[in-house]
Amino acid sequence: MADDEQPAVTLDAFLAGQSNATSVRIEAGDDARLLLPHLDQLALIEVSFPTFRDGRGYSSARVLREGGYRGELRAAGDVLVDQVPLMRRCGFDSFAPEAEIDEATLAASLARYEQVYQPAADGRDPVWKLRHG
Amino acid sequence: MYKYDNYDQAIVDARVEEFRDQVKRRLAGQITEDQFKPLRLMNGLYLQLHAYMLRVAVPYGTLDGRQMRMLGHIARKYDRDYGHFTTRQNIQYNWIKLEDAPDILADLASVEMHAIQTSGNCIRNISSDQYAGAAADEVADPRPWAELLRQWSTFHPEFSYLPRKFKIAVIAADEDRAAMRLHDIGIQLVERDGKLGGKIFVGGGMGRTPMIAPEIKDFVGAEDLLSYVEACLRVYNRYGRRDNIYKARIKILVHQIGAADYARQVEEEFALVKQLGIDPPVAELERITAMFAPPAFDIAASDTVDRSDPDFAVWLDQNVKPHKQAGYAIVNISLKPVGGIPGDASADQIDLMADLAERYSFDELRVTHAQNIVLPHVRKADLYAIWQQLTEAGLAEANLDLISDIIACPGLDYCSLANARSIPVAQKIATRFASPERQRDLGELKLKISGCINACGHHHAGHIGILGVDKKGTENYQLLLGGSGAEDVSLGKITGPGFDEDGIVDAIERVTDKYLATREQGERFLDTYRRVGFEPFKEAIYG
Repeated sequence: MADDEQPAVTLDAFLAGQSNATSVRIEAGDDARLLLPHLDQLALIEVSFPTFRDGRGYSSARVLREGGYRGELRAAGDVLVDQVPLMRRCGFDSFAPEAEIDEATLAASLARYEQVYQPAADGRDPVWKLRHG
Repeated sequence: MYKYDNYDQAIVDARVEEFRDQVKRRLAGQITEDQFKPLRLMNGLYLQLHAYMLRVAVPYGTLDGRQMRMLGHIARKYDRDYGHFTTRQNIQYNWIKLEDAPDILADLASVEMHAIQTSGNCIRNISSDQYAGAAADEVADPRPWAELLRQWSTFHPEFSYLPRKFKIAVIAADEDRAAMRLHDIGIQLVERDGKLGGKIFVGGGMGRTPMIAPEIKDFVGAEDLLSYVEACLRVYNRYGRRDNIYKARIKILVHQIGAADYARQVEEEFALVKQLGIDPPVAELERITAMFAPPAFDIAASDTVDRSDPDFAVWLDQNVKPHKQAGYAIVNISLKPVGGIPGDASADQIDLMADLAERYSFDELRVTHAQNIVLPHVRKADLYAIWQQLTEAGLAEANLDLISDIIACPGLDYCSLANARSIPVAQKIATRFASPERQRDLGELKLKISGCINACGHHHAGHIGILGVDKKGTENYQLLLGGSGAEDVSLGKITGPGFDEDGIVDAIERVTDKYLATREQGERFLDTYRRVGFEPFKEAIYG
């Protein structure tokens, strides 16, 4: 977290009136769609991953990106190196893992797949588009 | 059959390297077993009682001779000369070394195969009708749709950490040979106004809370298929339970909120998802479909079969099914010899089946959810020669859909989840009913055994089902009656107190005796059971 960043407020607090906040943190079980009317004023949305097995945050990220959110979208918590490529595809562009991620492993992991089979939030063309133009 | 292009091959090759790197990091202690577990599971690698087990995907159960031969090679080189075909149309190897797994994946990739998503809380191998492309009753070959789903689901970024595993089946006939409505999503291709589409069922499954999937949408065209399924999955990923793994399958969500409410939520999500451009152009389904074009059948092939060898005639009547093309037939190769392990095949047997496919079946084989193998396109004129070669290899058991054609999970002989052994029970039952005449007299009788409540052996869907449990440290077997995984889908009912290993065999015999004494002309066991109900059988069992 950068020093000048304001602390993220909870979704409940944000919706309950602290609507001047520009950073919000949503928990795995929160409904990301509740933020859609407020995306213009947000600069950071942090999505919590309480354990790496809890995949709800992937859908939260896509819902936010599909809703037009262009600000920073951060995956925070139990975020493992092998998950970062999937998270990037879902629209995350920032990561706050609890345990340090090895940079070299991550770089190799991100470069590994040249092709993807399905469109997602990262704008990459799926294989079928490469096949058919 | 589907053939990889450079894109498909590159993705599978990259997966081999990724897994090689993950194994290297695990062996070097850079990641913990807890962190490695979901990674290896998404590659089909389980840690079982005695060794690692590797499950290899056979997408929609279809493979060619070269691929089959590679499965034999893996059995020979990395395992103990055999493999086990599974109820999800896959194959698994029971004695794998972790350090060999990347090399096995590389071998598989060399024949357009992989182990991607054969376990883990993700979208598993897509299953289908083993008679696809050969059955007269299908509206279309379902496999192009299954392949479309295979590609869409492969490394799906949003659905790789679902609440629980997720299984999809696609069929295209009214006769359900794939237990479609016992899947998380079942799709039946239907025709409407000359157009092909999917009727969608969601929320079926077995496990400890078996459920039959309700229909949630009567028709989804090819142009909307992936968006619709993506919407189904997103609702599940967001709202499926994660607090209790036994309540985390989509069937629980659909049951709790109701099929109508689930369907409504999917419709709302679909309206949004449809805008995202997820669906490929029609040309992509056409490209895939072209690869499943019917083989070049000999239209002059004879419909006559010489039945003069009586042993051959028995096999012909039991294991060979009608083909849509005159002069051809569908051959079922039983992997259920009496006293054998259901679904197991030796490396030599696997090689022989590969040879037969290349020589007699347009280079195609299928794996069935009942753990048998199919040669889908065989000239009737070749049936006798095939039967002779199968006989020599111990593969000509004439028991398709009879009481000894048992589905059984690996059970406590291999599986770390099991409470009881399945294999010895299957062997004892098959041995008790070994007489071919007796089996044929009993007729169609689907017997399915699971060694624990997870129901990998489909016991809920057996006409007769057996569930192995642990009762104060001893193996105990509960008996279920009246299940079906076919188009007349139903869930079996537990008869009462369980039995020990010999007791369950006796109990089954009391059930079959009751059936023989009660049946009316032409009734299968299941028909009689449904007509007279549970009580007469319960009384016969417990007296």
